[in-house]
Amino acid sequence: MTAVPTTPSRARAFSATPGQIALALAIAAFLLVFLVLPVATVIYVAFTEKGTSTFTLVNFHDFVRSELFMRSLWNSFYVSAMSVAFASVLALPLAYLTTRFAFRGAAIVQTLGFLPLIMPPFVGAVAMQLFFGRNGSINLLLDDWLGVKIDFMEGLNGVIFVQSVHYFPFILVNLSAALRNIDRAMEEAAQNLGSSGFRLFRRIVFPLALPGYLAGASLVFVKVFDDLATPLLLNVKDMLAPQAYLRVTSIGIADPMGYVISVVLIIASVLAMWLSALALRGRDYATTQRGGGGLARRVMRPHEAVLGYGVVILILALVLAPHLALLLLSFATIWSFSPLPDAYTLAHYGRVFGESSLYIKNTLIYAMLAGGIDIVLGVAIAYLVLRTRLVGREWLDWMATAALAVPGVVLGIGYLRTFYGITLPDGTPLAALWITIVLALAIRRLPYALRACHAALQQISVSLEEAAENLGATKARTVRRIVVPLMTGGILAGFVTSFATAAVELSATLMLVQSNSDAPLAYGLYVFMQSAAGRGPGAALGVVAVLLVAACTYLSHLIVERSQKAKGSGHRP
Amino acid sequence: MFTRRITLALALGLAVAAPAARAQAPSGKVTVVTSFSKDVTDPIKKAFEKAVPGVILEVQNRNTNAGVKYIEETRANNQVDLFWASAPDAFEVLKGKKLLAAYKPRATGIPARIGSYPINDPDGFYFGFAASGYGIMWNERYAKANKLPEPKDWQDLAKPAFHDHVSIASPARSGTTHLTVETILQGEGWEKGWRTLKEMAGNFRSITERSFGVPEAVNSGQVGVGIVIDFFAFSAQASGFPVKFVYPTVTTVVPANVGIVANPPNGAAAEAFIEFLLSPAGQEVLLEPGIRRLPVNPAVYAKAGADYPNPFTDPRFQKMIGFDVDKSEARTAVVDTLFDQLISFQLEALKGVTKTLHEVDAALAKKPNAQARALADEARALIAASPVTEAQASSPELRAAFTGGKEKGARQAEVEAQWASFARDSYAKAKAKAEEALKAAK
Repeated sequence: MTAVPTTPSRARAFSATPGQIALALAIAAFLLVFLVLPVATVIYVAFTEKGTSTFTLVNFHDFVRSELFMRSLWNSFYVSAMSVAFASVLALPLAYLTTRFAFRGAAIVQTLGFLPLIMPPFVGAVAMQLFFGRNGSINLLLDDWLGVKIDFMEGLNGVIFVQSVHYFPFILVNLSAALRNIDRAMEEAAQNLGSSGFRLFRRIVFPLALPGYLAGASLVFVKVFDDLATPLLLNVKDMLAPQAYLRVTSIGIADPMGYVISVVLIIASVLAMWLSALALRGRDYATTQRGGGGLARRVMRPHEAVLGYGVVILILALVLAPHLALLLLSFATIWSFSPLPDAYTLAHYGRVFGESSLYIKNTLIYAMLAGGIDIVLGVAIAYLVLRTRLVGREWLDWMATAALAVPGVVLGIGYLRTFYGITLPDGTPLAALWITIVLALAIRRLPYALRACHAALQQISVSLEEAAENLGATKARTVRRIVVPLMTGGILAGFVTSFATAAVELSATLMLVQSNSDAPLAYGLYVFMQSAAGRGPGAALGVVAVLLVAACTYLSHLIVERSQKAKGSGHRP
Repeated sequence: MFTRRITLALALGLAVAAPAARAQAPSGKVTVVTSFSKDVTDPIKKAFEKAVPGVILEVQNRNTNAGVKYIEETRANNQVDLFWASAPDAFEVLKGKKLLAAYKPRATGIPARIGSYPINDPDGFYFGFAASGYGIMWNERYAKANKLPEPKDWQDLAKPAFHDHVSIASPARSGTTHLTVETILQGEGWEKGWRTLKEMAGNFRSITERSFGVPEAVNSGQVGVGIVIDFFAFSAQASGFPVKFVYPTVTTVVPANVGIVANPPNGAAAEAFIEFLLSPAGQEVLLEPGIRRLPVNPAVYAKAGADYPNPFTDPRFQKMIGFDVDKSEARTAVVDTLFDQLISFQLEALKGVTKTLHEVDAALAKKPNAQARALADEARALIAASPVTEAQASSPELRAAFTGGKEKGARQAEVEAQWASFARDSYAKAKAKAEEALKAAK
């Protein structure tokens, strides 16, 4: 499944060393214990016959025969594909303009463009409804002025709209990282040969950045396919992930069907990843040149600048509207059936001020640890898959990717089942420790980091490593001194994505949080968002979460920019 | 015996705050799994920790279903003392799985029944501490802008004016909505109840997957009318939202409950918490604006405002129907799944035919037409039909399909597929009839 076409001679040069085999086994063991085993304890019922617990596939037969499930399957495919298309429309201009041109405020645009991914649970939904809903600000104003309403958030189209806005940063982040990795010599060569403008982008820049784009697009596809929060918030139930969730979490339903759907989700996710890998097969995306430190940054002519900034501002306004609504909500006294809140107050921030520091601390610890674990695993798996010939190395990739499709509740219940029986010397169960939350978060967010690392490594030519090894460096030293530094952009993109999304994850956390002192922000939010009086404080906490993640994201962008500059400084004209 | 005496001393100690009892007072951390929001748990935690010094209440907030699953999954090494939630069904599930410990509260002044519902579990596994009724909540600004009349009863929601304006939580997902549906089915009878439900459902805007989704949508004005439990509306009013609430004639009050989890790590403190909740001091906390639940101790209402609903004196509550818990328990899964298969997952079709029927009614009001009337009635009968009779709903054969039990039998997926195709066919036939009626009426 690798996209690096390795010639036979190279293949021999990169056969596995004992260290690589040990690494592969360690990762496999980690994934088995913290992903496969817990999930298997829950979903094995999908393969058992009712009453007898013997193996059967009859449940899958039921799935295929059910009109509702087949309708859901088709809807899920349709929505996912359309979301990828719309997300690309949003992400391409932002990524291209901020990496290809000398664009003032590129880091800010990148940060802001990343924010939609961090929509805190529940409160984000409320804010979005208040803006785009049937009686949201926009529709109330439209109704007043023109007497029309636009169904932004109705049915499948509503899901596509919200999902594209929500998940397009996956494409933005990965594509930007890939664009930065393309050496400007490539472009200059094309320009010297007479290529320019859109043709240059279409024939040279975009194809070279394809691994990054596909990494993002496949994530969007799988994530939309497996996401249950958005369809449920829009009250769309005939999609696959909501169907699984509705069944798994209903009292008294010990039916295998929910788990059958989970299995279908997992298979579909792995299939999508496999297809995206297939699309890259047989082509080489690696470039040896690294010195240039990314694309030549063209200075825009005035009319180009106006157009460029116009497009960027328009896109940002659209994708950040929910956050603006969230901000308004956090200052609002009452906001009900009106374009704007009745009055404003600071009281909600006062209410969350006391407890939020604990939540913030926990969130930072959990999300950073999870993000850290994810990039270590991500780099290791990407390296094993792309650079070794170990038998079954793709399985590591697929196993990790399958985590994307496992509903958070299933993982949560699986963890309780597997680890609650194991007790520490003082009698506390293993599952009661906060580290369990970190592991669950790491497993759930691993696919994000993995895709980013995978794409980054795909762009690095093997010959750089061969050169290092020819000069006498060991494999470990080569990885440390050559591979990882060259992957920095991708690794950081992966870390930021894992970190940011882990910071607002709720479904598995809700199962595993054992005490308020261990609770992350998302849990605090959930607790507030269960009552009318908690809406304001919940929104305030949501703003805190968004600001927190935004600050961390901005910081990492500054680091990337700086490292790019450092790398490119020697070659600047 | 000895522990009994401690509990007794404890209860007395609480009642008269005798300093002597403190020596043996419970202490340490007491963990409660609850579905109640922070607005409810925070004031109670504060008051409890003040009343019983030395005990720390650790609140784990989970929705009702997740809480039940959590206690079930962690039974081997239980770390939870109390389960505290609204829906009596959830407690029935826990009790059925032997996950609750029996206890006999010592608090006095609490009657045996509220309305016609027994406040405590007859077997002594869980105890009502606050009552709630079900009804209709609406947003006044929304109602004014869309010219909605004030709803008074369930049947009102089936009127054309409310088409596409009503929201409800799925009974399979929300314990409180399940009770609302069951109340309608018991109050109006199985056949008529389903007719009412489906006629209302034809006007549904949305069916949310969590209880709070409905009041949230009404509060923010995304939906005009919601079918909710009363405290959602009361606490929204207390927070200043422009909403109103009414109890329909067919409704019931049901207690919200608390129970001790089997093998509690800190049993003494768990008992102390229950005693506190049921004591006058604990009951008074329920009157706070952010909580607004109906205390189960009638004496406490003296401290409430004059407009506070009092189920013990208000004649509306005395008329409320008796709610048969056993009947509800026996057919929970069947009723919820019927609702999902006949209504939730067929909502578009159901709304479509209902809209046509509303148009027929409007045309008939202008120009009566016997043939159109008859066709419309046929369509309504098709919609109202249920694939399952009342007797079948609680039959062991059908129940077995949902319990995942040891015996072989019909699988849930098979039953669901049958009901879904039944609903699809009837709604399609009803749509044809309704369109025919519309043609005749015009």
